[in-house]
Amino acid sequence: MAVPTALKLTPLNSVHRRLGARMVDFGGWDMPVQYSGILDEHNAVRNAVGIFDVSHMGEIEISGPEALALVDFVSTNSAAKLTPGKIQYAGLLYDHGGFVDDILVHCVAEDRFFLCVNASNQEKDYEHIRDANRWRAEVDLASQRYAQIAIQGPKALATLQKLTKTNLAAIRYYNFVDGEAVGVWARIARTGYTGEDGFEIYIDPAAAESCWDAILEAGAEFGAKPCGLGARNTLRMEAAMPLYGHEIHASISPFEAGLDWIVKMEKESFLGRAPLERQRQAGVSRKLVGFEMRGRGIARDGYEVFSDGAPAGWVTSGGPSPTLCKNIGLCYLPVQKAVAGQPIQIQIRGQLVDAVTIPTPFYKRAR
Amino acid sequence: MYPEKLRYSKEHEWVELEGDLATVGITDHAQEELGDIVYVELPKPGAKVEKGKTLGSVESVKAVSDIYSPVSGEVVEVNEKLADAPEKINTDPHGEAWLVKIRVAPPADLGDLLTAADYETYIAAEK
Repeated sequence: MAVPTALKLTPLNSVHRRLGARMVDFGGWDMPVQYSGILDEHNAVRNAVGIFDVSHMGEIEISGPEALALVDFVSTNSAAKLTPGKIQYAGLLYDHGGFVDDILVHCVAEDRFFLCVNASNQEKDYEHIRDANRWRAEVDLASQRYAQIAIQGPKALATLQKLTKTNLAAIRYYNFVDGEAVGVWARIARTGYTGEDGFEIYIDPAAAESCWDAILEAGAEFGAKPCGLGARNTLRMEAAMPLYGHEIHASISPFEAGLDWIVKMEKESFLGRAPLERQRQAGVSRKLVGFEMRGRGIARDGYEVFSDGAPAGWVTSGGPSPTLCKNIGLCYLPVQKAVAGQPIQIQIRGQLVDAVTIPTPFYKRAR
Repeated sequence: MYPEKLRYSKEHEWVELEGDLATVGITDHAQEELGDIVYVELPKPGAKVEKGKTLGSVESVKAVSDIYSPVSGEVVEVNEKLADAPEKINTDPHGEAWLVKIRVAPPADLGDLLTAADYETYIAAEK
């Protein structure tokens, strides 16, 4: 099957095709949506281990004597509190307080930061950070130099540990180590987008295929499965982790998205601070809240939400929860309605179907 | 894979006609394309359906797809088992997981639907 030339390929593209994955155009990338089936892959991650190609994600490196000043200015979180080996989740905001992207900031050294950003936002993020750069800092769009593989699930550590001398148990959540895996240099981060324990490793694209094969083989005894974007979405939705373009985008602020914890208002200045200060004082008018369906039907992204018989908001993500065996979703509602226990209706193909707001995350792993 | 006794639409429904009673389902190709099916929405018995118009919908984990009626007539029976076990559509789409039975409005003519061989050629070309 010929791939339209316009689509971007990860270094693992031929591997996905060899494994018989169903491929889709995901924001301009030719990506696997599923291999054995979304439910099967989802369950593998919750019960054992799943392997994801996330090489489409972008990487931006910021270095130089004033790298910290630039990162701290573009990030909503406190980059100044990072020490080498630590990672922060952060917002990258416009001046008006809406999201350019959500990012992971890795502190490689005091003068060197490594940002993992969303695939389809990488060029925009890079321009945004460069435009903000009035310091002696170098900004480099480094995506071509990294492949990224996520190993997620309760058996992720046992799987990856077979392939590295780095003591993985010593890497705490949201920490990383530069070491070796499968005989090549690897940045090994204890992060993920599934609500399970796991790792995301950044490697040389030339080594991606041999690493992928080795990881799948190492996980075989636990029932490791290659996993596509379909399972990645159901897993992150159960964990109520935001997805750019759905829960967050240019007209949504971190306070509306319930991401107050990644905004450090005590910082004197950062991009988007002024409108956030006004929002903090006046309060936001809408907020993100979780819900579950009570009537028969599945809420999907973009469906209208009704409260007291009137349109009140919209669904940002919705679908079946394979782990909880119910239909769940996230939606924006007026702030007074955006609390657990509110009866709402979702408009599904012209019919109003009962739902109720519930606390998030929908799924939390036992520790 | 595709039983000879069925006729197939280009929208990936199948029909089995016995007298004026048409049993309708979605094809193996359709279930394969959809992935894990988690929900089915079907009309109630007594509902009038029109050829080419929406009959209901099937939802996979990822997405919703409309089912188009391959015949015109009146729904006389709905496969109730699918409400609690929509995944049967993935495992037995041409058999146990039929969707509805329709009393076809005369003339009961499936002439414009595809034979098994033609349908297989059609989906091969679609890929």
